[in-house]
Amino acid sequence: MTASPINTAQVRKSGRFLFQASVVLLCAWVLVPIYFLLINTLSSPETVASFPKPFWPEFDLGSLSFFANFAGMLKALKNSIIVASLTMVMAIAFGAPAGYALSRFDFRGKETFRVLILLTRAFPLPLLALPLAVLFIRTGLDDTLFGLALVHTTLAIPFAVLITFSLFSGIPIELEEAAWTLGCTRFTAFTKVVLPLIAPGIAASAIFAFVISWNEVFAAAVLTIENRTLTAFLLQSLGTSPLHLKFAGGFILVVPALVFIFAVRKYLFAMWGIANR
Amino acid sequence: MNARLLPYVLILPVTVFLCVFFLYPFALVAQQAFAGDGGFGLENFRHVVSDWKFPISLKNTLLLAALVVPVQLALSLLMATMVTRMEKGRDLVLYIWTIPLGISDLAAGLIWLAIFDQSGFLNSMMAGLGVIDRPVSLLNYQHPGIVLAAIALAEIWRATAIMLVILVAGIGLIPKEYYEAAEVFGASPWQRFYKITLPLLRPSLQTALVLRIILAFEVFAVVAALGGTVFPVLMGQTYELQFALNNSAGAAAMALIILGISIGFTLLVLRVLRVPKGARI
Repeated sequence: MTASPINTAQVRKSGRFLFQASVVLLCAWVLVPIYFLLINTLSSPETVASFPKPFWPEFDLGSLSFFANFAGMLKALKNSIIVASLTMVMAIAFGAPAGYALSRFDFRGKETFRVLILLTRAFPLPLLALPLAVLFIRTGLDDTLFGLALVHTTLAIPFAVLITFSLFSGIPIELEEAAWTLGCTRFTAFTKVVLPLIAPGIAASAIFAFVISWNEVFAAAVLTIENRTLTAFLLQSLGTSPLHLKFAGGFILVVPALVFIFAVRKYLFAMWGIANR
Repeated sequence: MNARLLPYVLILPVTVFLCVFFLYPFALVAQQAFAGDGGFGLENFRHVVSDWKFPISLKNTLLLAALVVPVQLALSLLMATMVTRMEKGRDLVLYIWTIPLGISDLAAGLIWLAIFDQSGFLNSMMAGLGVIDRPVSLLNYQHPGIVLAAIALAEIWRATAIMLVILVAGIGLIPKEYYEAAEVFGASPWQRFYKITLPLLRPSLQTALVLRIILAFEVFAVVAALGGTVFPVLMGQTYELQFALNNSAGAAAMALIILGISIGFTLLVLRVLRVPKGARI
């Protein structure tokens, strides 16, 4: 049976409409819950607990200022930023050289090394926090931001290695070889030729490491007592804190995520493409 | 520097780091879990497994994974194919769809708490529609089904993006010629999806599923934010053993149990979706 031209045109039109409608629907599925959290954050504490809820924010900063004045909250926020920054620096400082080695050299033990990296991804890493809690007490690293950053770096390193590996692989080795023939040493060729090309990508993977640490809950809650990060603080006060505090805290957790994903969006897929293989 | 030595120098920091903070702690956790009064033993395992909460939290964790992972697989496949067909607005849509990737599980739990809470938006909507006239407390032990649904929704909302990113990257690796050839031979869009995309996407599906399943067994903060004590899960029990009960040997045993389940399912996925040699792109 063949459909008349009008019919196919109609089918195609309604198909396109269905397609666009589902795209919009799926976007709403992601955005509307975040919008709800935004309403709660920008409402006064009384409105947050009231019923029924308004469906638009009243732009009252009551909840946010309550959050800022809540004992220990700003310190927790600061701790989160410090731990995430330390993680970012360590993950890139350790990970990037390995990524470069994987992309440029064939050496014995390369496969074993790759398996070790991939292995870390296959384990529930936050559980590491349990034995490390004991180890840290022995070494005096317990309840320190640096100790937590070490655990978060373990979480972020596999990603840092694989991402930088894929980034370095995208830069032809011929460029470096040309620089060598023109009198550069291996090191100056790297800093003058490769580094400028790779810098934005490195920044993207650094941001990725930052987000991994910023979002981590379990290890942060296990390893910090006095120096809690924001996630650990929110988790441990879940049972006792008022609703508006939870929502304001949740919102503060979400904001960097929105910015960061926007900043790394170009690299997101390049990163995963190679990490797959 | 010697070019033969250089790669080893470059990978040395990561290797040392992972040995100290990954392999060594795992050895420690295993040692702690198997240590008993009389040296080596399974006492810790017996102890945690015989706890009345263990079967429930095991059941809950598995149930949640069984509910969430298939939905996420279907949803991320759908979204990934939609993205590849999109011309206008592709970047914006991709950005929006990947936003949850950067959101922590705790924040995701709090977002869905804003909806399912007693004074939350679901209640407000139902009141607006005239279904209820008083706010109903939804997240308590009287409504275990709703608690499960809220947690499952929050998990689906949060963690579909990671699968989406992997699948979009994977679809990008499939040569366009295959689709062109299929079109020449009159294959329908469905046939193209079923005969080209799915089989060639197998490595990416593998990665996405393994990563997702491991994360599913680690579910913790979403549950803590939404279900509290109503819906015990394995990771929550581990946390409780460590802190509320001060039983770190028990927590270590739980950690190994979670690890065992994760490895078991990882191997299963790798086996079911194995890619024959020579069939890679």
